[in-house]
Amino acid sequence: MTTPLQTGSEIGGQGGNFLLEVDDLRKSFGPHAVLRGVSLAVPRGRLFTVLGPSGAGKSVLLKCLANIEEPDDGQISFDGRRLDFRDQASRDSFRRRCSFLFQGNALFDSLTAFRNVALPLEQTTSLGRGEIRGRAMEALEQLELGDYADHYPGTLSGGMQKRLALARAIVTQPEMVFFDEPTAGLDPLRRNAVFAMIAKYQTLFGFTALIVTHDIVEALVASDTVALLHQGEICFCGTPDEFASSAHPVVQSFRDSPAALRSTLDGLRRGADAPEPS
Amino acid sequence: MDQVRGLGHFALFTGQSLSAVLATRRLWTRVARAIYEQGFRCLPVILIVGTFTGLVLGLQGYYVLNRFGSEALLGVLVSLSLVREMAPVLAALMLVGQAGSALAAELGIQRNSEQIAALDTMGISSCGYLVTPRLLAALFVFPAQTALFVAVGLWGGSLSGSLLLGVDPGVYWASVQRAVESEDVRECLLKAVTFGLLTISICAYQGFHAHRIRGATGARAVSAATTKAVVLSSIAVLAADYVITSFLI
Repeated sequence: MTTPLQTGSEIGGQGGNFLLEVDDLRKSFGPHAVLRGVSLAVPRGRLFTVLGPSGAGKSVLLKCLANIEEPDDGQISFDGRRLDFRDQASRDSFRRRCSFLFQGNALFDSLTAFRNVALPLEQTTSLGRGEIRGRAMEALEQLELGDYADHYPGTLSGGMQKRLALARAIVTQPEMVFFDEPTAGLDPLRRNAVFAMIAKYQTLFGFTALIVTHDIVEALVASDTVALLHQGEICFCGTPDEFASSAHPVVQSFRDSPAALRSTLDGLRRGADAPEPS
Repeated sequence: MDQVRGLGHFALFTGQSLSAVLATRRLWTRVARAIYEQGFRCLPVILIVGTFTGLVLGLQGYYVLNRFGSEALLGVLVSLSLVREMAPVLAALMLVGQAGSALAAELGIQRNSEQIAALDTMGISSCGYLVTPRLLAALFVFPAQTALFVAVGLWGGSLSGSLLLGVDPGVYWASVQRAVESEDVRECLLKAVTFGLLTISICAYQGFHAHRIRGATGARAVSAATTKAVVLSSIAVLAADYVITSFLI
C-alpha cells in the first residue's frame, strides 16, 4: 500500500528557490524496482536530509542524482535547468557545480592528502600550479588538516579521512554537495561530530547539502529539511519539527523504532522473569 | 551474443581511452610513472627469463645443428628465434604476469572502493586518468623490454654456445650480425607494440569492470578479474602472434 506524499510548509515557503528538483525518478535492477517515482525539491543553501531504513533505495537515489547510476525514468532539474546526462556538455556542467562525498570516502590511497585535494583542480581547471597549491592548502587548513598535507590517507584516522574527503569535495567551490551515508559505521560520538562538521562547513561555505542517512537523531538536529524514503517513494517531506510531530504511519514507525525496540525488550524480559507454569 | 557485446564494449573502452590523450591534463607525468611501473619493476624478470631463454636456445640449437655439422650457424638460430618469435611473445607474457595483473588488481580495488566513481563525479575522465597513461607507457615499455630480452637472450646463447660448448665467439656474433635484417627487427617491434596495446587494454578493461563479474563481489571480484585479465591477455598474445606472423612471413 502506498501512502500519499506529505509535504511540510518549509518547502512551500521557499518561493520556488530550489537548486535541485527531482520529478518521478524511477530505477529498477532487473525485476526489482528500487525507486518507484521519487519526487523532491532541495532548497538552495540548505541542508536537506533523506532518511530511510537500509535497503530503501537512498544510496541508489543519490547515485542517480549524481549520475553514477542512470535512472530508468524521471526528470532531474538543477538550478532550473533540466539535466540530460546523455549530453556531455550538460553532464560536465553539472559535475563542475556539484561534489559527491562517498560512504567510504573514496580517497586515492596512493596520493598524499594534498594531492587528493589538488586532483580535481589539476584535472578540471586551467589554474597554474601556484594557485592550485594555494587553494588546496587553504581547503586543507579550513578542515584543520594543514599539518597532514604530506600524509597518505591510510595513515589518517577515520574522522580525518572524512574531513579530507570533504576538503576534496569543497575545493572546487561547488554549489551542491551530496553526502552518501556520511556516518555509516561510526559510533554515536563520531556521528555527532560528522554531522556537526557538515553543518559547520555548509554554513561556512554556503553550499547546498543533500545527505542520505538512517541516523534519525543527528539528521533531525542538523537538517533544515527532512524527507523519508520508504519502499522507493518519498512518503514525507518537511521540517524536522514537522517530522517529529507527524502522524504519518511510516514516519511514526521509523521515528518510534527505538521506543518499539525498548517495548519489545521489556516484554521479553518480563516473559523471562515470569514463573514457569507447573 | 554476450561475447559479441563484450567485444564491442571492449573496443569502445580502448577507443575511449586512446582518444582521451588529447583531453587529459598533466598526462605525461602519469605516463612517466606508468613507464616506471611497467618498465623498471619488470626489469629483473625480463633479464632472468631472457638469459635463460638464450641459454636453452644455445644448448638445444647446438645439439641440433651438431647433427648436421652446422654449429657455426648457432648465432643465426638463436638470433632469429629470439627476434622473430620468442622475445616479443615471452617478454609480453612476463609483462602480463607482472604489470598486467598488478594493473587489473589495482583498477579492481579502485572500482570496489568507489575511486573510479569519485573521478567521474569530479568530472575527471576515469579512462583518461587511469588507463590512457598505461596504454601510452605500453607503447614504449613493450618494445624496450623486448629489445632488452633479445640482447640478454643473445648473450645467454653465446654463453652456452661459446663458453660451454666451444663455438667460436667471433663466429657466433658474426652469424648473428649476418642473420638479423631490418625486416626482422620491424616484425619484432610491431609485435611488441601490438602485444603491449592488446594486453594492457585487456588487463585495464577487466580491472575497470570488476564490478560486472558475474557471481562475485568485493575481493572475490578483484581476484576473478585479475585471473581473467592474465588468461585472456596470454591467449590474445599467442593469437595475435599467429595472425601477425601469418601476414608478415
